[in-house]
Amino acid sequence: MSLKEQSIEGKVMDERLRKVSKLKVLLNRPELGALGGSILVFIFFGIIAGDTGMFSAYGTINFLEVSANLGIIAIGAAMLMIGGEFDLSVGSMIGFAGICIAIPAIYWGWPLWMAIIFAFSMAVLIGYLNGILVVRTGLPSFIVTLAMLFILRGATLALTRLITGRTQVPGLRVLIENDPIAWIFSADAFKGLFIWMGSLGLIELRTDGTPLATGIPASVLWWIGLTILATWILMKTSYGNWIFGAGGDKNGARNVGVPVNRVKTSLFIGTAVCATIYACVQVLDAGSADTMRGNLKELEAIVAAVVGGCLLTGGYGSAIGAAFGALIFGTVSMGIYYTEVDTDWFKVFLGVMMLIAVIFNNFIRRRVTENK
Amino acid sequence: MNDVLVEFNNISKFFGSVIALKDVTMKVKKGEIMCLLGDNGAGKSTLIKTLSGVHKPDEGEIIVEGKKTEFDSPRDALDMGIATVYQDLALVSLMSVTRNFFMGREPKRGFGPFKTFDVEKANKIAADRMGQIGIDIRDPSQAVGTMSGGERQCLAISRAIYFGAKVLILDEPTSALGVHQASVVLKYIVKAASEGLGVILITHNVHHAYPVGNSFTVLNRGKSLGTYAKKDLSREKLLSMMAGGEELNKLEVELKEMERISS
Repeated sequence: MSLKEQSIEGKVMDERLRKVSKLKVLLNRPELGALGGSILVFIFFGIIAGDTGMFSAYGTINFLEVSANLGIIAIGAAMLMIGGEFDLSVGSMIGFAGICIAIPAIYWGWPLWMAIIFAFSMAVLIGYLNGILVVRTGLPSFIVTLAMLFILRGATLALTRLITGRTQVPGLRVLIENDPIAWIFSADAFKGLFIWMGSLGLIELRTDGTPLATGIPASVLWWIGLTILATWILMKTSYGNWIFGAGGDKNGARNVGVPVNRVKTSLFIGTAVCATIYACVQVLDAGSADTMRGNLKELEAIVAAVVGGCLLTGGYGSAIGAAFGALIFGTVSMGIYYTEVDTDWFKVFLGVMMLIAVIFNNFIRRRVTENK
Repeated sequence: MNDVLVEFNNISKFFGSVIALKDVTMKVKKGEIMCLLGDNGAGKSTLIKTLSGVHKPDEGEIIVEGKKTEFDSPRDALDMGIATVYQDLALVSLMSVTRNFFMGREPKRGFGPFKTFDVEKANKIAADRMGQIGIDIRDPSQAVGTMSGGERQCLAISRAIYFGAKVLILDEPTSALGVHQASVVLKYIVKAASEGLGVILITHNVHHAYPVGNSFTVLNRGKSLGTYAKKDLSREKLLSMMAGGEELNKLEVELKEMERISS
């Protein structure tokens, strides 16, 4: 007590400074759980499935691609969650964005790039609508975006059947060639490197001598790129600070001049845009759009964000964590095929992992806010 | 020399048929701590909100440094140098000291779309500022949730001063604090005033207000019972004004009268 009184006179109190170890600093980071979880998962599959081809170039690309797809939407979900809101319409947005690309391109004769821009414009509009509805009505985003989940999925199905008479729109593959922007979502990177590695016998080859894994899929680069971008925004910009503030205590943030409504609305636009990136990758990869695409993805994105250390109550979390959350998800969902375990158990694992993550996060939050 | 920072003349505020404030007058000078006291429901909250630009007064005028002014929003008041620290402090406990200190007003580095939040500079300023008032924040990136109530209060006040407050309106800064923490905060308030700020200290705790205040305005049922300089007002008098002492005195007299008649 007397120490504090001294301090009022402006004395430096060295005796109250204590050295905090690097480990302890790390322990207070939100992404720690997901990072540790990823390591555990890799050790587990390394032992169980190390010799099955899971970690061959082809196998690795496979589970990275699954992780990347989820990671793209998980990062949007994580940023929104840090900003204190949810978006349950992500999955429906994926389906909607898919047909927004396919119908104009196939039925209306638009060039593919125009259809892609159209899909992104729709995403901005729907994200904006979600955001405005939440901040204007003050209703929980859970309810507002749950409504949007049904509205968008219904509209996707109804419009597609109205225009095409079916629920799938195939035939995109031929349009990808020669399109100026489609490659951003569909091309494999570092093809030359993979061919070179194949020629050295480092990775498996097909019978025709081309490597089985042709390159790093675009989705993986999107995943990494978005993680870096989101982390930069969160840690290094004022806007990032506002996201934490808006999620941590919106009234407090508003009182010191943070434009809370604008921040939240922009984050809803962010999740919708991430969903559209996911849709582009999927639609261009498969060459077709399906009205049911993205079903339940919103929940997987939330799982990844939560496993990645985001608090459901907002104000705390990280994009790197969400990226690792997606990596755990993708690795286990692919890895389980390489084990003796029946794949039916995957969802059990998912639920258990989420529970552990939430309990762990709760513990971390207490550490961060109460170690007086 | 006129060193009155802000004057509120005959401020009234009505909500429908309810008279929340009627003809409240007060002023704050440079370096002065003006304590605004009142029991629950006296109209303190309405008055603070009027002073800080949340409500517009229905009657009366606000004069800032000699100029008649109107506040359309809290932002206006803030731009005039009138900063309010509310009871909730506008701090986010999950965020770091630095991030809270600069929330909404981050120092920037770089140019164009690559303008970044200069975290190092912010850390340094936050640690410096807190150090000046003797609060050693062990690490400016630690969460505000780890700080004590008094430290948080000081952080909120220090932030308001850093961002150019000339008049500080403090809403019950000591109400949630223990004796020691409260004294830390009060000392800091005195220090701030001694550096030339005007402070309006809102409280219902006479024991906290009397030692630090230079003048006292007592609010009762939406009306001011007057402003008194410290030399004209004893602690006992202030206490009795606060506690509705006059009403009790009147009651005593009436009881005596009844006794006299019946005997």
